[in-house]
Amino acid sequence: MASGSPVPQEKVGKASPPPRTPPSQAAVLEFFRAISPGLPQIEFCIQCGSCGGSCPAAALLDHTPRRLFALIRAGEMEDVLQSNTPWYCVSCYFCMVRCPQEIHITDLMYGLKTLAYQRGYTKNNKATHLSKVFAGYIERYGRSFELGIAARHYLRHPPSNLVGTAKMGSAMFFKGRLHLRPERINGLTQLQKILERARELETAL
Amino acid sequence: MTSSNSTDGNVRVGVYVCHCGSNIAGVVNVFEVAKWAQENLVEQGVVVAKENKFMCSSLGQKLIEEDIQKENLDRVVVAACSPHLHETTFRGAVSRAGLNPYLCEMASIREQVSWVTSDQTAATEKAKAMVAGAVARVRQHVPLESIRVPINSSTLVVGGGIAGIQASLEIANSGFHVYLLEREPSIGGHMAQFDKTFPTLDCAACILTPRMSEAGMHSNIELLTWSEVENVEGYLGNYTVTVRKKARYVDTSLCTGCGICQQKCPKNVIDDQFEVGLGYRKAIYTPFEQAVPRFPVLDKDNCIFFEKGTCRACEKFCAPGAIKLEDQDEIITLNVGNVILATGYDMFDARRIPRYGYGKLANVFTSLEFERMCNAAGPTNGAIVLRDGRTPAKSVGIIHCVGSRDHKFNAYCSAICCMQSLKFAHLVKERTGADVYNFYIDMRTAAKDYDEFYQKVLEEGTNLIRGKVAEVIDGGLFDEKAGQLIIQVEDTLIGKQRRIPVDMVILAIGLEPKQDAANVAHQFGISRGANGWFTEKHPKLDPVATMTDGIFIAGCAAGPKDIPASVSQGSAAAARVVSYIQQKELSLEPVRAYIDAEQCSGCRICNGLCPFHAISFDELKMVSEVHQALCQGCGTCVAACPAGAVTGSGFTNQQVLAQIEGLLSVPIHADVLQAVAA
Amino acid sequence: MKYLFYPGCSLHGTSSAYLDSLLAIQGKLGLEFTEVEDWNCCGANEYIALHRIPSYALIARNLALAEQQKNGANTLVAACSACYVNLARTAKYMGTDRELNTRVNDALAAGDMHYTPGSVEVRHILDLMCNKLGACKVKKLVERPLAGLRVAPYYGCMVLRPDPDKRWRDPESPTALEELILATGAELIDFPLRTHCCSGHMPQINTETSLDLIHRLVEGAVQSGADLLITTCPLCQLNIDGYQDEMNKLFGTSHKMPILFFTQLLGLAFGLSPKSVGIGKEITSAASALERIGVKAEPEPAAPRRPPRDQSLPMPHMPKPYGDDL
Repeated sequence: MASGSPVPQEKVGKASPPPRTPPSQAAVLEFFRAISPGLPQIEFCIQCGSCGGSCPAAALLDHTPRRLFALIRAGEMEDVLQSNTPWYCVSCYFCMVRCPQEIHITDLMYGLKTLAYQRGYTKNNKATHLSKVFAGYIERYGRSFELGIAARHYLRHPPSNLVGTAKMGSAMFFKGRLHLRPERINGLTQLQKILERARELETAL
Repeated sequence: MTSSNSTDGNVRVGVYVCHCGSNIAGVVNVFEVAKWAQENLVEQGVVVAKENKFMCSSLGQKLIEEDIQKENLDRVVVAACSPHLHETTFRGAVSRAGLNPYLCEMASIREQVSWVTSDQTAATEKAKAMVAGAVARVRQHVPLESIRVPINSSTLVVGGGIAGIQASLEIANSGFHVYLLEREPSIGGHMAQFDKTFPTLDCAACILTPRMSEAGMHSNIELLTWSEVENVEGYLGNYTVTVRKKARYVDTSLCTGCGICQQKCPKNVIDDQFEVGLGYRKAIYTPFEQAVPRFPVLDKDNCIFFEKGTCRACEKFCAPGAIKLEDQDEIITLNVGNVILATGYDMFDARRIPRYGYGKLANVFTSLEFERMCNAAGPTNGAIVLRDGRTPAKSVGIIHCVGSRDHKFNAYCSAICCMQSLKFAHLVKERTGADVYNFYIDMRTAAKDYDEFYQKVLEEGTNLIRGKVAEVIDGGLFDEKAGQLIIQVEDTLIGKQRRIPVDMVILAIGLEPKQDAANVAHQFGISRGANGWFTEKHPKLDPVATMTDGIFIAGCAAGPKDIPASVSQGSAAAARVVSYIQQKELSLEPVRAYIDAEQCSGCRICNGLCPFHAISFDELKMVSEVHQALCQGCGTCVAACPAGAVTGSGFTNQQVLAQIEGLLSVPIHADVLQAVAA
Repeated sequence: MKYLFYPGCSLHGTSSAYLDSLLAIQGKLGLEFTEVEDWNCCGANEYIALHRIPSYALIARNLALAEQQKNGANTLVAACSACYVNLARTAKYMGTDRELNTRVNDALAAGDMHYTPGSVEVRHILDLMCNKLGACKVKKLVERPLAGLRVAPYYGCMVLRPDPDKRWRDPESPTALEELILATGAELIDFPLRTHCCSGHMPQINTETSLDLIHRLVEGAVQSGADLLITTCPLCQLNIDGYQDEMNKLFGTSHKMPILFFTQLLGLAFGLSPKSVGIGKEITSAASALERIGVKAEPEPAAPRRPPRDQSLPMPHMPKPYGDDL
């Protein structure tokens, strides 16, 4: 079919999806334990939507956390790893304290982020870029550096209101809230060794 | 009778191993166990050992009976299921063959063996050990005779809600006397507060009040309203209950129930009980018009006379002179044979979930408040209006599962709220035409005509949104108009967060055990489950009895229930009580504790430990004594006695030690050890 | 009392007013904070988005430093809500998840370090002040009661949630900042959005969503009648303070709702100079709100007589959340 047509593109194939056995509950549990500390309790999800209802970023999510868990149970991992949901998580922990089944939802979001990042699903993602810039300063100096982070991040992803952001930045600077140079810790080499070893242990997980 | 009374020497034991279809035989090699017992336990007195497909069948029982006669057996061991299930069955078989029933012992090779492993070798070895233990034990058994007690034909029913009323009427109609005790001024319970009842929508008062007045006028029912249980003593057939009749300040022998005192009383009080804080009553009041009995009570804490010493308006206007301002609490003693606890439930406190705004946002109501609001006799005369008392609600959100199905509050389902919420949806639609939104997790409408009601509500155009509500916010705070409430929820069927503006929110609060349920359970010697509800003797097969003989439970005291189920339980408990009364005398299981006065040091440790209050202290002899009819044979005192002076018949030290020795006499197979190590 | 103190990057930079005020009041409160030497960034919510074990190791290096340097002080105090949650979660999970503990300590060993779960107790400064010292003690130190100042508490998220060590009775219905506000003599504003999210790092990812959330908070605070907000979290302060201009532009409003750290408010109540507690570093100026301090509140107008035919239904009784002595 010609491109630009308002009619949905015709799909060639079967009328219904091919029969596929969903992953075993045990495999699903194993997966969740691997990406999150402690016992995430995910097996108890009753799909009530307390999480999606409580999320301050809900309007941006392609799937609510509830639906992500359903997708994982159904074995739809491709959908899960491409989802923007974990990346819009602002760690407000509302979902986690309101969940009637006490599931560690926020922890699982961190887990899904790392998984998507490490499997290369987040190439052009603003949130990942911010995290990467932030992480870069930590690895180079041991401390975060607001001015540098903002500059590097905004270079790649300019803010919608550049003038406003610049004004705020200069106000911060003149009130002594932004440093021009990053602080560097003494034990930087030690920290780098620790992180390097930790990264090796990560792949072993 | 044969030589059943010998305790040692030449006992003759028969061992019967049950297949239980494949329940046991699928894991345990029952043939091997029987053969092994026959060959290896000869010295222990085993003269015959057999297996059978179903020992509990009539054929299986017959086998035991015949062997007792033929082989001259004087002890029987049945290796089958848990004694909870079939001990009575096999004791019956043994008894029919002329042996004392307590000379039979069961080895639980189903619950404790075949159901807990799939390792056939290990299972078979363990079954052998269990059989050996049972044989060693049964050798030590002695014949026991059951205890007989008379049954007092009066019954105490605690709680005058619909379950208690039903139970009382059933017993009274059978010709026996009932005391119906109620803490509040009137019987009727929660049902009297409701407006319509699901799914038929008949008016709660219309169907309840005839029952209430029938109970009030029945010659066999003595109402004890405004009364509470103080103390309970005794045992099945012979309970002595002390009751506090709280001062009513009204002489019920003179009062005509004309209501003039209520009219003239100048003090308005927020009615926290019947009107759940949504309406007012006077300081002297009957909670509602159709109250039974019709006599009012005077609320001393709010009465101007008790506060300031003057007023006496009620007294001045009472023509028969029934106001009795010097009234005192009265303690009375009741002698009853049985007790039915129909003590009901409390509602979940919605303040515990601050994010739903109850108590802070004016137009958030609880389900019970809404029942009162809908009720034509309620504070708004049935008008569905906002907190200002006049503005009709144009849109209403009903939130299901408030405080239920949530591990932070109550993990269980309160069972009635889905139907109640659908009923509200219907009532709002019918009376105001407002938009209604029901927020549910799962719709539970599983009883006769319930799902049909759900269909009807769907047809009326109620918006059903599947999602547990995250929060209710005052819309005036940011983007909507002041006073409007915003319900924020994930609509899980479309996978999106929605924020729905409504005028009124109704919280379908769950049911909880009464706040004094622990105390009541302790008073009456019954137990409660993890969630605090009273525990049934058997959840399926004996749902109205408790582990304490003569104490029955009915209605929501045992867990959340709707009206039909509560009424059924009231009737069921009554039937159990009447069957006891009609037997006039009952025999009790002879497994009891005995204290050897010679060995008792009089330390009294056991006195306080006994959960059934069966042990008392004889001040003269300075020893503790067990009341045989009260004792339930639990064994707590036996274990606790530092002097070893207490013996549990059927569970003597000798018997238990013999069983352990028997168990350990079977060498553990090397394969089993290996399996365990692995 | 001696405490180990983890300031975190924000207090050394964007939230220096928090650090200034905390150090200015510590003596009065009888607290002695010793900064953990050579601490590193906790990674906020960014490092943990990319790496699991390295992120816990990054945080655990601080715990290990605290264990080494504790010298009698068993409690590690954080002021930044995000730092607090990161430290507390890691300490908690290392104690309960043996697998995680082994890996993290294995990584620490590469830098000759080790952390023993349970050896250091992690607390937030607000928790310490309210649950250990108590608001009554704070009240006794007040030299300049803030009567007339209408203050709304704003907690944000992470000081309350997920609450790994169960420091609060109910994370959705806190009373700590409320008690402190009452202790200073200021008027407590009931701010229903006090536990809502400030949007965290969202300004850098989706500015409009972020400004929407900030708008709700500012609008809500204005509607509630507050002169200013107080908070415990550097990021909350930065978002509401710094982005208010942009927010006003997007929503066509002209709000000026200042937000200070709660320690700044305490400092003022203790009689310290505004400068010494970092007043003036905020972008949405608190100057006009603070002018109210010392001004006697006008007596409440008498409640109007209830109209004779009031049909309104009574409200449910609510238990009093704070003690009478505040």
